Amino acid sequence: MSVVFWKELADHFSSRRFMILLALIVLIGLWATYASGQAIRQDTENAPTHYVFLFLLTSGTGTVFSLATFLGFFGPLVGITLGFDSISGEYARGTLSRVLSQPIYRDSLINGKFFAGLATVAILWGSILLLVIGLGITLLGFPPNAEELWRMLIFTAVGIFYVGFWLALAMLFSLLFQKTVTAALASMAVWLFMTLFVVIISQAIAGIIVPDPSTPEQMARRADVENIVSRISPSTLFSESVSILLNPAARVFGLALQSQAEGILPTPLELGQSLNLIWPHITTLFGLVAVCFGISYIIFMRAEIRA
Amino acid sequence: MSAVVETQNLTKRYHDKLAVNALNLTVQEGEIFGFLGPNGAGKTTTILMLLGLTEATSGRASVCGFDPTRESLEVKRRVGYLPENPGFYEDISARENLLYMARLNRIPEDEAHRRITEVLEQVGLSDDGRRLVGEFSRGMKQRLGIAEVLVKNPRAVFLDEPTLGIDPDGAIRILELIKGLNRERNLTVMLSSHQLEQVQAICSRIGIIVKGRLIVQGKMDDLGRAILKERQWNFLLEVGSGANGLETELRSINGIDEIEKRAHGLFLRCTRDVRPEVVSLLARKNISLLQLRSEDPTLEEIYLKYFREA
Repeated sequence: MSVVFWKELADHFSSRRFMILLALIVLIGLWATYASGQAIRQDTENAPTHYVFLFLLTSGTGTVFSLATFLGFFGPLVGITLGFDSISGEYARGTLSRVLSQPIYRDSLINGKFFAGLATVAILWGSILLLVIGLGITLLGFPPNAEELWRMLIFTAVGIFYVGFWLALAMLFSLLFQKTVTAALASMAVWLFMTLFVVIISQAIAGIIVPDPSTPEQMARRADVENIVSRISPSTLFSESVSILLNPAARVFGLALQSQAEGILPTPLELGQSLNLIWPHITTLFGLVAVCFGISYIIFMRAEIRA
Repeated sequence: MSAVVETQNLTKRYHDKLAVNALNLTVQEGEIFGFLGPNGAGKTTTILMLLGLTEATSGRASVCGFDPTRESLEVKRRVGYLPENPGFYEDISARENLLYMARLNRIPEDEAHRRITEVLEQVGLSDDGRRLVGEFSRGMKQRLGIAEVLVKNPRAVFLDEPTLGIDPDGAIRILELIKGLNRERNLTVMLSSHQLEQVQAICSRIGIIVKGRLIVQGKMDDLGRAILKERQWNFLLEVGSGANGLETELRSINGIDEIEKRAHGLFLRCTRDVRPEVVSLLARKNISLLQLRSEDPTLEEIYLKYFREA
């Protein structure tokens, strides 16, 4: 497996496609951080007193998305880019049957490809985070504290699972369709559906279940239904976990009634408590990755290799 | 001599279509076996089953003494496979392509470099090793494919249509290369093709597969004798003008079985040597003789005979 892994990793890092994506993400990431950093510097009175570094990642200024939103939106693109031609490309080039007629187990090929993709994502995400921390120290004038670092690390891990899901999905499609273009388009379609349409659909479904939100209770119920439906999308899972993880003050998803919020002290949550809130999200994301990859694995092991 | 490839009732079924039907095939060590058949006859499917790249529906196969389904790694360690239209990673050099395959075979790095230099020289690509494969012509790619098969130092190689789509000169070079390897390394070669003359030129034994059935296998000479056992005498007769009614006269000669019109002249299938009678007939009728040639059975005839029977 290691031979395939290193070959694929080298391929990813030397491919032009990846270079373009990397440049795009790094540039926009830096820009987003810079913009929110400047906003914090100029308006110190409104800036939070704690966890300024996390605020740097989550606050967007009027025209620019926050870094977290941005990564949530473009992360899938990275995964799809790395995965959509992993198997279909080998078919198209006629290399698959040659590689598989070498004395390697069939799963080493697909494992090597998947983990090389995941490693690429990890390196990418890690380097963006380091860049952001570096830029943040320059802009803010002090380093992040330990808890902020931990939260950012977990944010990275969740992000890797999230992009890993799209990678696994793109690989599955590349195996199912055997045509590179079809695989890319199918992955893109799922991506658009999950990020844009799920929101609309969840609103529609919530509108049907709670047609007339006149009381605060019903409004809260409608928001709940909307949340639950939209959680079929990994994008929602990711953005919700990020919103809890990078904002220690947050303690609920969506709306909370006044009666529920009564008596809660406005202190930040501990890391462990924040994690408790998003465990279901993280496990679901991880599960999605495993299911997607598992299906690809089974199909690939039984496939007939005729190049 | 031991059998490198042996199959017993090997069968592959796709839904309702039998791709390979109860195939019994033997390839001995050190021979060049020509696997002949029209397109879609099941040649590639058979090779894939022998490598464990696809599973047989029923029947047994043994390659170098191993079961390709259960011990496919052992088989792949010993057998090189060159698919029809082999593909390469086009954005890396020929050497790097070979190196990747060598690594997949777990050949130590310095040993791999040495072997790559050696096989590139063997296939005549020494000067092109550092070029990107994307710049290679079809014939060069095919030779690179053979080089790659040799890197693992195999006991046997399966070549699927190795000369398909290559110009005649390139095809001859590849065939000579295969023949040379067979002689020097005692390499067992199983070669699938539908290009008959080429197979005839290098194969020591052939098997003909039509619609998934192996209809015959054996040495070239034996096959020729088998189908032509009663008609060992075949002649091509070409005559000048004034040949009207010649056919009827020829038929009256005892020993001429069949007369076939060819583009140039007549093809005579006979049971004995009828040349003296034919010549004297022509002399009597004052017809000029352009040529009277003895025709050996070509593989094409063997092939067409079996092909039509199937």
